[in-house]
Amino acid sequence: MSVETLPPPRTTIGPIAWLRRNLFSGWVSSLMTSLVVGLLLVLAINIGQWALTEARWDVVSRNLRLFLVGQYPADQLWRIWLALALLSVLTGASAGLFGRTSRTLAFALSALQALLAALVLASSLGPVAAVLLAVNAAAVWIGFVLGVRRLVPRRLLVYAWIASLPLSFVLLSGIADTPMPSIGSNLWGGLLLTVLIAAVGIVLSFPMGVLLALGRRSTLPAVRILSTGYIELIRGVPLVTILFMADVMLPFFLPGDLRIDRVARAMGGVVLFSAAYLAENVRGGLQAIPSGQIEAAHALGLNTVQTNIHIVLPQALRAVIPANVGLFISLLKDTTLVTIVGLLELLGIGRAVLAQPASLGATMEVYVFVAVVFFVLCYAMSQASYRLERELGVGTR
Amino acid sequence: MSTQREIIVARDVHKWFGQLHVLRGINLTVQAGEVVVIFGASGSGKSTFIRTINRLEEHQRGEIFVDGIELTNDIRNIAAVRSEIGMVFQSFNLFPHLTALQNITLAPMRVRKWPRERAEEVANALLNRVGIPEQAHKFPAQLSGGQQQRVAIARALAMQPKIMLFDEPTSALDPEMISEVLDAMRELAESGMTMVCITHEMGFARAVANRMVFFDEGLVVEEGPPRQIFEAPAHERTRQFLSQILH
Repeated sequence: MSVETLPPPRTTIGPIAWLRRNLFSGWVSSLMTSLVVGLLLVLAINIGQWALTEARWDVVSRNLRLFLVGQYPADQLWRIWLALALLSVLTGASAGLFGRTSRTLAFALSALQALLAALVLASSLGPVAAVLLAVNAAAVWIGFVLGVRRLVPRRLLVYAWIASLPLSFVLLSGIADTPMPSIGSNLWGGLLLTVLIAAVGIVLSFPMGVLLALGRRSTLPAVRILSTGYIELIRGVPLVTILFMADVMLPFFLPGDLRIDRVARAMGGVVLFSAAYLAENVRGGLQAIPSGQIEAAHALGLNTVQTNIHIVLPQALRAVIPANVGLFISLLKDTTLVTIVGLLELLGIGRAVLAQPASLGATMEVYVFVAVVFFVLCYAMSQASYRLERELGVGTR
Repeated sequence: MSTQREIIVARDVHKWFGQLHVLRGINLTVQAGEVVVIFGASGSGKSTFIRTINRLEEHQRGEIFVDGIELTNDIRNIAAVRSEIGMVFQSFNLFPHLTALQNITLAPMRVRKWPRERAEEVANALLNRVGIPEQAHKFPAQLSGGQQQRVAIARALAMQPKIMLFDEPTSALDPEMISEVLDAMRELAESGMTMVCITHEMGFARAVANRMVFFDEGLVVEEGPPRQIFEAPAHERTRQFLSQILH
């Protein structure tokens, strides 16, 4: 007698069964489902109606350049384009060379730029900006092809990424008495400033936080006490206070002729702040590593530094990806606090735009636009983190 | 043994955990090429003792020499000694984020500075030797306990140690996997490796060990060839313990 495999009963699979099981399993759940669906419909219709007919989106399209780059001089905008092109090509090349998460990010960047190009077409920025954005979207793919064909050596790409942040910074701020005159960072603003502060904050606070976490667990008392003291001090103070300190107090402590750029000071504040929180996240990951791992590494003859680099940190950092991405998302949103020291990032520009007489009554439109931009950025970050977790097998090994 | 050479010498080794006196003056000498099995009740200090041999635990009195090098706080001596000693743990302690092959090649590449090709060649040969050449690219979580422990043995051997320490290598294994690990250890013993094993696998001890050492309450109570230990133990404690584990 052979064993027969029967198909499952029709009522247990398929969309209808799913609906019945999850949404209409009894009269209470049927009622709740109808109620919630009804509410959502009313909400969607109202919002849609407002967004499509009543909202005055011209406030956004008229000021789109302000929203994107602040008061950056129009005749110097090519520098931003160049920095953006650098980012596009590098991202594309990474996607081609490394694949995986970087590929998702590159596709997202390209799609976002293409979408923005369509949006820009309808704004005051005009067709030139739209074309340039489309070119950038294409640049991602050029980089991708370069990467896939292995025309860029791996090592070169890593160096290029390391160099890209300072390079972009120099490109944007310029050098006096050259065709690329210096542009005070008081003119930087909007999305440009938000992304710059967040990027610098993330890139610099990460290594600093890791070092602090290791320092806090060091066997050397001086290192341990200093790290712990730093972490506790910074965590005990609001970010606003730190930004004020960096902006107002720091110049008093520096020699008179040494002036640090205002944006750089704000960036410094953000880095110092988020490093302390990152250190605590990483410490949580370090504590989860069984002592047997470290013993095995020592027994093989690896020294402490090698053990940390090859055994402890890869496992610890992997375990804290969700926590760290959460931190980076809140860092991105916390950049809105730099308005307090007079910098006009995306939200600050929004307020400035609202102060124009022409924008009277368009409060909702401006804030909705700013919120949507933040949401897109944060959502992209959390999606990238989920992919990264899946690839690195968090929770499975 | 053709050449009598003392490769591990421990003299009057003491160790305290806080107030607890766990090693109370251990004297033990191991000859090159010898297989020594240490056994005793849990808490008798046997595990702590073999961990002092590669300085995973620090001894607080007495002296330990490994291949002529004294273990002191001098970090160079510790590194030198550790590179001559391989260790296999009860809970394997494989690195979960690395494949079997990477687990084995890591130390030769980072400590011995071998090029990748050479390290991988040696690693593959070792995986072959412990009988799992086809598992090279799997992660530890994808391997059975017995396979993991054999990878751990290969990992320790990749550093080409002169001495291998085994800290209850089969205690965490399901019964059907014990023999595959013991076979690998037996093969290693036959190749002439100096081995110090903590194990309660008495069949293995009887067949492979040159000498058995009984630990009790932080002291070496009795030592001798397996025949003598099994057939005519001199001490009452040894007799008692053996009758408990041999049912």
